[in-house]
Amino acid sequence: MSLTVAYSALLTGILVWLFLVRKLSAKSWDANTAISAADAHADGFERMPASKLGLRVFLVVISSLFALFMSAYYMRMGNGHGAEANLGDWRAITESPVLWINSTLLVFSSIAMQWARSATTQGDLARTTKMLMIGGLFACAFIIGQLYAWRELRVSEVFTPQNPAVAFFYLLTGVHALHILGGLYVWGKTYMKLAFKQAELVDVKLSVELTSVYWHFLLLVWVVLFGLLLAT
Amino acid sequence: MSYVAIADRDDPHAQHDPQTFLTKYIWSQDHKVIAIQYGVVAIAIGLVALGMSVMMRLQLGFPNSFSFIAPQNYLQFITMHGMIMVIYLLTALFLGGFGNFLIPLMCGSRDMVFPYMNMLSFWFYLLAVLILVAGLFVPGGPTGAGWTLYPPQAVLPGTPGASWGILCMLASLAIFIVAFTMGGLNYVTTVLQARCRGMTLMRMPLSVWGIFCASILGLLAFPALFVSAIMMTLDSVLGTSFFMPAVASLGEAAKHSGGSPLLFQHLFWFFGHPEVYIVALPAFGIVSDLLSTHARKNIFGYRMMVWAILAIAVLSFVVWAHHMYVSGMNPYFGFFFATTTLIIAVPTAIKVYNWVLTLWRGDIHLNVPMLFAIGFIFTFINGGLTGLFLGNVTVDVPLSGTYFVVAHFHMVMGVSPIMVVFGAIYHWYPKMTGRMFNETLGNIHFWCTFLGTYAIYLPMHYLGILGVPRRYYAYSNSIEFIPLSVQEANKWITISAIFVALVQLVFLFNLIWSYFHGKPSGGNPWRSASLEWQTPETPATHGNWGPKLPVVYRWPYDYSVPGAPDDFIPQNVPASDKIPAGHDGHGHDGPGHGGHK
Repeated sequence: MSLTVAYSALLTGILVWLFLVRKLSAKSWDANTAISAADAHADGFERMPASKLGLRVFLVVISSLFALFMSAYYMRMGNGHGAEANLGDWRAITESPVLWINSTLLVFSSIAMQWARSATTQGDLARTTKMLMIGGLFACAFIIGQLYAWRELRVSEVFTPQNPAVAFFYLLTGVHALHILGGLYVWGKTYMKLAFKQAELVDVKLSVELTSVYWHFLLLVWVVLFGLLLAT
Repeated sequence: MSYVAIADRDDPHAQHDPQTFLTKYIWSQDHKVIAIQYGVVAIAIGLVALGMSVMMRLQLGFPNSFSFIAPQNYLQFITMHGMIMVIYLLTALFLGGFGNFLIPLMCGSRDMVFPYMNMLSFWFYLLAVLILVAGLFVPGGPTGAGWTLYPPQAVLPGTPGASWGILCMLASLAIFIVAFTMGGLNYVTTVLQARCRGMTLMRMPLSVWGIFCASILGLLAFPALFVSAIMMTLDSVLGTSFFMPAVASLGEAAKHSGGSPLLFQHLFWFFGHPEVYIVALPAFGIVSDLLSTHARKNIFGYRMMVWAILAIAVLSFVVWAHHMYVSGMNPYFGFFFATTTLIIAVPTAIKVYNWVLTLWRGDIHLNVPMLFAIGFIFTFINGGLTGLFLGNVTVDVPLSGTYFVVAHFHMVMGVSPIMVVFGAIYHWYPKMTGRMFNETLGNIHFWCTFLGTYAIYLPMHYLGILGVPRRYYAYSNSIEFIPLSVQEANKWITISAIFVALVQLVFLFNLIWSYFHGKPSGGNPWRSASLEWQTPETPATHGNWGPKLPVVYRWPYDYSVPGAPDDFIPQNVPASDKIPAGHDGHGHDGPGHGGHK
C-alpha cells in the first residue's frame, strides 16, 4: 500500500511539476518581451465557469477529508505507527449484504444522473427532468438502505461503541451519507426549477452537469470506502 | 450561449450594487466589506487572547499574588490564548482579512467569484468565534488542555473544561473549518479564474501568491483538524475509543479502551504544521511587497520567490512529526522528519536572502509599514534559527517542553506574522479608508512593539536552556535546577509583556482616530506599482474598477526603471508608454511621497 501511494504521489508530483514549470518560467520582469495582453491570460482555467472550477477544488477538499479518515482507520487498526502497535481491541465486523444492494442503488443513481446530463446536451427537457428525478430517488433509496445497515449493525453482537471497527463504520458511512444529503439539497433545487418553475434547459444545464460530476465522485468515494470496509 | 470569461465582462450592473445599510455593511457580499468584518472580529478576539496572556504573565511574574488566577484558570488562559492567536486571529486575518481585501484588487477583478459563499464564510466564522467565547461561560469554563488538545487528558475529568469546554472548542473549530473552506474555495477559484487581462500567474504580486498557496494548504490541511475534532467529540460524547486509551481517571477506570493518543497527534500535526505556513506564506508574500514598494526597488529574485513559496507549501506536508519527537513514535521517523525539516529551511532561507538583497542599495523609505517589514526580517531570522535547533532530534529532546520552544514559536509564528499584520494594515490603511494614519503614533507603536517583544522573548530562550518547563502554573523551590534568578527574569518578562500589550492601544487609537481625522491619502500615497492602488476611487467602490476592467501589461515591481520619468510604473501602463510624471492614480501626491530616507 505504501508503495502504491508513493508511486501515485511521485506521478502526481511529476505531472504537477511539468505543468508548473511551463506556467511559471516566464520572465515577468521583462515587459517588452512579455506576451501581449490579449493572450496573456491563457492558462485554461478562465474558460470554464467559476462553479465548475469551484466544484473541482471542493472535490479535492473532500478527497483530503476522506483520505484522512481512511488513514486514521488504517492507523487505528494498529498499522502505520512505525512500530508494532497492536492496540488489541479491533473486532472486525461482518458487512451486511444490504451494503451490496445500496452500492447498486448508488451506481444506478449515478447512471441516471449521467443520462440526465446527456439529455441536457441533446436538448431533451422531458428526459432530463425524468432522469434527474430517478437519479435523486435512487440516492434517497441509498440513504434509506444505509440507515437499514446501521440498524442491523446496532443489533449485532459485535456492537459496542468502544469497538473501533463499529465506530469507524458509523463514522465513515455517516460522513459519506452527509455528503450525499448535501448533494440532494442541490439536486432538489435543480429539480424544483425544472419541474415547478418552468426553467429552460439552458438555465439548469450547468447545475445538472455539476450534480452528475458530484454524484460520480461520491460513488467513487463509496467504492473505495466499501472496499476498505470489506477488506478489513 | 458560450461562457464569457470573467476578465471579459465589463458590465458593472451585473454586480447588483447593494442599496440598503443592511446589504451594504452587514449582510454584505462585497469582498472589501467582508475583509473588514473579518479583520474587526479577528482583532477583537485577538485582544481577548492578549488579555489572557497578560493574566498568565501576571501569575508567572508575581506568583500567587492574584486570587483570580487559579491554576485551572492559568491552564485555560494558555489553551485559549494559543488557539485564538493561531486560528481565530492569524489565520482569519491573513486569509479572511487580507485574502479577501487583496485578491480581487490585486488581480484586477470585481469581487470574489462566489460572493454569497464569501459572505456565508464570514458569518460562519463569527459563529465559530461566538461558540468559542460561549465556552468561557459554560459550566467548568473553557478547556484547559493546552492548545494542542491532546487526548487523553483533554476529555478526562481533572482537566479544566473537560466536559463542556472541550465540546465548545471542538464545535467552534469544526465550524471555523467550514467557514474557512467556503472562503478558501473563493480565494483559490478567484485567483485561478478571475484575473484581469494580462495578469498572468507570473505577474501576480507575491502577496497574492502567498495567500493563494496558503489557501490551498488550508483546504488540504484543515480537514485533518476536522477529522480529529469529530473523532474526539465522539470519544467525549458517545464513549468511542478512537483516541482514548484504557485509562484510570481519578481512581476509576474510564469507559474507553485501546484508543491511540498518538493517532490524534499525527492528525493534529498533519494540520498543525501546514498551519504554520498557512500563516507564514501570506506574511512572506505581503512583506515582499512592502519591502519592494518602500525600497523603491523590484523584489529580488521574483521567480525564485514564487518557487520558494511553492516548495515550502509542498514540503510543509512532510515535516509534521518534528512536533512529535518525544511522543514515543518510531525513532526512525525522527530521522526522516529532521531531514525534511532541514530541507524546508532552504527555500525559507532563499526568501530571507532575497528580502535582504531587495533592500540592498534600495531607496529605502523608513516609513511605518517599512519599519514593520524590516522588523519582521529580524524576528523571523531569530525565530527561524532557533527552529534549526528544535528541528534536530538530539537537540530537541532536552529542549522539548521548555521555554525555549515557547520563545521559538512566539518569535517565528507570533511576533513575525504580527509584524507583517501591522505593516500590512498601515500600508493598506489608506486604500481601505482614504486617509493616512498618524505617522508619529505609528513609529511609537513600532519601536515599542519591536523592542518590547525582544525584551519578552529573548530571556525566554535562556529560561529554556536552563530547562524551565512551559505550562507550569508556578515553580516551587523544590525544583532544584531552577535558580532563583529565573523569577527575576519572569518579572522582567511580565513587565515587558504588559508594556507591549498596552502599546497596542496606541495602534487601536491610531486606527480609529485616523479614520476620522487622518489626512486624505489620495489614490496612491506610496506611489506603488501594483494594481490595487490604481482603482478609480479610493476607497474602492463596489465593483472596484468602474465600467471597464483594467488590463495589465507588466509585473508589479517596476520601481526605479532606468529611463522612466518617475520611480514607478503601474501595472496597467502599456509597455510602450512611459508613465507621465506625477501619476498616482488620482493626480495627488500623498504624504508617503518622498518619505523620509
